[in-house]
Amino acid sequence: MTTAAPVRTSSARRGAAPVPGPRERAGDRFFRLVVTAFAALILLGAAAMAWQLTRGSLRTWVDIGPKFLWSTEWDPVNDSFGALPFLYGTFVSSAIALLIAVPLGVGSAIFLAELAPPRVSNAVSFAIELLAAVPSVILGLMGVFILIPAVRAVEPGLTRALGFLPFFRGAPYGVGLLTAGLILSFMILPYIAAITREVLLTVPRSLKEALYALGATRWEVVREVSLPYARSGIFGAVFLSLGRALGETMAVTMVIGNTPKISASLFAPSYTMAAVIANELAEAAGDAHLSALIAIGLVLFVVTVVINGLARLMIYRLEKRP
Amino acid sequence: MKRFPLILAAAVLAAPAFAQVAALNGAGATFPYPIYSKWFDEYHKVKPDLQINYQSIGSGGGIRQLTEKTVDFGASDGPMNDEQIAKAGGAVLHIPTVLGAVVPAFNVDGVSELKLDGPTLAGIFLGKIVNWNDAALKKLNPGVKLPDLAITVVHRSDGSGTSFCFTDYLSKVSPEWASTVKSGASVSWPVGLGGKGNEGVSGLVKQTPGAIGYVELIYATQNNIPYATMKNKAGKFVKATIAGVTAAAAGVKMPKDYRVSITDAAGKDAYPISTFTWLLIYPKNDGGKGPVLKDFLRWELKNGQSMAPALGYAPLPASVKAMVAKTVETIQ
Repeated sequence: MTTAAPVRTSSARRGAAPVPGPRERAGDRFFRLVVTAFAALILLGAAAMAWQLTRGSLRTWVDIGPKFLWSTEWDPVNDSFGALPFLYGTFVSSAIALLIAVPLGVGSAIFLAELAPPRVSNAVSFAIELLAAVPSVILGLMGVFILIPAVRAVEPGLTRALGFLPFFRGAPYGVGLLTAGLILSFMILPYIAAITREVLLTVPRSLKEALYALGATRWEVVREVSLPYARSGIFGAVFLSLGRALGETMAVTMVIGNTPKISASLFAPSYTMAAVIANELAEAAGDAHLSALIAIGLVLFVVTVVINGLARLMIYRLEKRP
Repeated sequence: MKRFPLILAAAVLAAPAFAQVAALNGAGATFPYPIYSKWFDEYHKVKPDLQINYQSIGSGGGIRQLTEKTVDFGASDGPMNDEQIAKAGGAVLHIPTVLGAVVPAFNVDGVSELKLDGPTLAGIFLGKIVNWNDAALKKLNPGVKLPDLAITVVHRSDGSGTSFCFTDYLSKVSPEWASTVKSGASVSWPVGLGGKGNEGVSGLVKQTPGAIGYVELIYATQNNIPYATMKNKAGKFVKATIAGVTAAAAGVKMPKDYRVSITDAAGKDAYPISTFTWLLIYPKNDGGKGPVLKDFLRWELKNGQSMAPALGYAPLPASVKAMVAKTVETIQ
């Protein structure tokens, strides 16, 4: 359930009225109607999805009510359901992923756009785009066979060094929030790097050259010109990635440990909204169970819509600033 | 869309001979899928005019689709409860087809044979027994050097008939399990990690020193995963085998509707964590499908059962087979 955040919009075009032209001909009219219908279809699809999710989860909202959102128990046998552990797991694993992938992605994009020779830049960018196309189940397999043993080996050391923090305590299973966050960061890194590079390449040369003429260093040019100019695009990239991280199912299911418990430790197994739906839907024989799973789907849907809305708002604000 | 050519084929075939059924559609359990697809394939060779399609979407999905009558038959690893049968119109035949077993797979360095009994296994999965050098484990395994190692419990994260069978067994042998966790395809596990599918569980067990999980027998044998010998109700330690599973099925009194759990069965050779898997069929079927289903089931009892062991399933014991044969004749 990844949804695209706007990557880049130019403020000049925003809200501009359609250009008045010569009188519409029949063909133009037909074309306009067809593309309008296509656009309407997308909206209709989203509305239908929201409607179906609401209808399917009605029983949960009636039986359990808003408590569903903050209850921590998930017990399909006793028809007792709460979404909080899944919300927690989804947000924390995505937060870890952003924490790792944003500096890495933006950093490598700056290198590729500003510092690297064009041949290197193009070759590496191509590799990054390939990386973005790796199916998530492949990444999940890599997680199972490489990342989990590696994390298990590292965890005792982390506990020794940082064990005074509650995040780094507990049994070193190798599966858990940390591993899920790592695999998600690996998954979204190519998005952030590729989009940020593209955006940085659109920064007008004249602006940069003006600053160089004033004697600025490369770092100063990046900080004062490139990043501010590209910030709305970079935010777009980050939110697009966040959308993917929140909805990622397969790879996360394979490494997160699938345990609906909230624990401060990043080593502890956890669960995400997408993962529980994928895991339990096929065998959800009870109506209450099915309804609760659809309710989780609705929550995930709302969360992604809200996040994308916030992203839009933020980009809008950034663009209004001089 | 896939069904479209079949509908077309049905129309073409139905034209010369009226009410000839060209296709049956079924959906349900994933656990018996390999044997079912083998059966449908072999049966198609016997009856080339008939195509049986089966979607392994899970027992819950099978029950739902049968209830909504979008399929001609369903399949489930757990019997439908009374509420579900009422929703499906009051009568659904449960036709047992084959049996499967679930084994506790473990990973303890230097230990290849492990003996367990029900209460101890429940204690481990309840989080009461947390170390391999626990007194209860030592008592069951004299002569085995059990290390001072934390136990990591691994369970299925996806809803499954395997989990249903396993938790059903634990409910019978542990009053505490029966009153707190209970049995189901997805339950609220007191401790442990969740792995997706047999491969997810066995992957975690293999990787994690001190882990114990549960997988289908066939999966453990094919992948050479060590698994524990279980103490059965008669007090005998039994290693899961196809014969042991059939023995478990012979050890229970079969009710008329076949809705029976055979975990913790009596009988001195019975393996205790076993289960039937069922085809779900309406007693009355429209469109001339009753006789077709009946014919397939007759064939399955006569020729299909012997194909089961090669695929890791236990065939029905003779007593059950005779009983099922009579029930099949009642399908209309």
